[in-house]
Amino acid sequence: MKNELARRLGALVVATLLLALVPLATSDYALHIAIQILLWGFVYTAWSLMGKFGLVSLGHGAFLGIGAYASPLLWNYAGLTPWLGIPIGILAAMLLALIIGYPCFRLRVVGHYFALVTLALSQVALLTIVAARDITGGSLGMTPKAVGHSWYALQFPEKPYFYAIALAVWVFGILIWHFVDIGKGRAALDAIAEDEGAAAAIGVDVMREKLRVTLASAALTAFGGALLSQYFMYVNPDTLSGIGVSLQIVFAAIAGGMYSALGPTAGGLFTIALPEILRVTMGTNFVGAANTIYGALLVIFIIFMPRGVIGLIESRLAAAPARKISKEPAA
Amino acid sequence: MAADQNGQRSLGEGAMLTLCNISAGYGSFRALFDVSLEVGAGEAIGVVGPNGAGKSTLMRVISGMLRASSGELVFEGRPLTHVPAHRIVEAGIAHVPEHRRLFARLTVEENLRIGAFLPQARRHYVERSEWVYALFPRLLERRRQLAGTLSGGEQQMVAIGRALMSKPKLLLMDEPSAGLAPLVVDQVFDLVRRIREEGYTVLIVEQNLQQVLDVVDRAYLLEVGRIRLSGLSAELKKNPAIRKAYIGL
Repeated sequence: MKNELARRLGALVVATLLLALVPLATSDYALHIAIQILLWGFVYTAWSLMGKFGLVSLGHGAFLGIGAYASPLLWNYAGLTPWLGIPIGILAAMLLALIIGYPCFRLRVVGHYFALVTLALSQVALLTIVAARDITGGSLGMTPKAVGHSWYALQFPEKPYFYAIALAVWVFGILIWHFVDIGKGRAALDAIAEDEGAAAAIGVDVMREKLRVTLASAALTAFGGALLSQYFMYVNPDTLSGIGVSLQIVFAAIAGGMYSALGPTAGGLFTIALPEILRVTMGTNFVGAANTIYGALLVIFIIFMPRGVIGLIESRLAAAPARKISKEPAA
Repeated sequence: MAADQNGQRSLGEGAMLTLCNISAGYGSFRALFDVSLEVGAGEAIGVVGPNGAGKSTLMRVISGMLRASSGELVFEGRPLTHVPAHRIVEAGIAHVPEHRRLFARLTVEENLRIGAFLPQARRHYVERSEWVYALFPRLLERRRQLAGTLSGGEQQMVAIGRALMSKPKLLLMDEPSAGLAPLVVDQVFDLVRRIREEGYTVLIVEQNLQQVLDVVDRAYLLEVGRIRLSGLSAELKKNPAIRKAYIGL
């Protein structure tokens, strides 16, 4: 267990140091893409904390939206620094997760029904933001008041600053992922995913374990949303809330591989690169293409690659030495 | 723990588990009516009865999965009537659920590990698992295998082993013979006998009256949610009504 932890931490440190060198070598455009991949990768990692234990949430768009809107709203209307606005957004998302999660878990709403409840949640969040257009700007979105380079306002026109923040946050997300994966809650969550009744019968507090991972996932998602809005300096209900975003999150985590630490980040490569490629090649001729392609690819991934791209690579790597051994007696 | 094994202990105070006038049901449907029973330390007690008698409901009430609508449940002098399931396990009652309910996609070892989920059990994981493997050597051979791929009898071993990992004082077994071939049922009752010999207090619910009466000290006959009869196994085996209705003689 200790060795495993050390090995995983070592790999993470090496990866972080390599990624920290990226800004030295690349253009602003590449850095812009990299920041998005890291921040979205962080959000997808947050989702996979629940997803890999069978808690498929289609409502993460709501948590993301709350995080994304809270700090610009508080900044614009109350002059509150994002250093406080972001935690407030995170707490609000956790409160919402509690309000949805507690009754769901109490009444044993699981599987498809849980997905449906959370699906409704993401649409409610979207409609609420649009309906409150007087303060949120409705479907036109809103912009935090720009003050130029400022730590107080957490606004940095220079990309390397945000790259460093995104990288730190992403590392934090991966650490949490490992913490959950190695921690003692892992066994309990595995048991719950398999059979809630049997898990309770051997002493697992089903409600507490499920709420804990749900609140953690919602909090990290809201944090990611807040940083995305600080980075873009623009929030829009369609890009940071609602069903489209929820589906994008699910797609990325499953395609990349929600059972692997780097899987959700790999999913980020797709979901950032795909719209970029579509935008460059087709312009605005084919609006909605990304979601159509996500849907089609999701079906293909679930059938042929249920553990995602990274999961497939990992199992190939694990199988390779085994195959070598099995050949030896024959030779 | 192994008090006296002859089944002659006097009932009343000092019982490990006492149920007093327990009623329970699902919605407006009542499955148990004023059920009272006692289990003394070191005893093996059977609750027998036909399908739909309320046997599993009784188990679910004891293990905290279902809340009794009235009555009292006392374990080692502590009232447990409104205590949630995970706290019941902490108190020392482990439940081998009906149809085993293994974590089929986890290995035998992982199933046992989850059985030792409570902090006090986790500390003793290594010695407990060695003990379970010594009790069921077959599980040691299969410990890396997925639980869902084992035979019925082996799965029952995993289910019992998983329950024993929490080092319970009382083991609840819900229809351990359910859904198993007759030959395997014999093996399962051998397992129950071995658990008894280890000194565990066992409360076992069964439809298979003839075999369970060979294993337990005393038994209660549950019919349509009420206790109809109770007594020492040897007496119940001779009871003409039971012989006629359940054993077919």
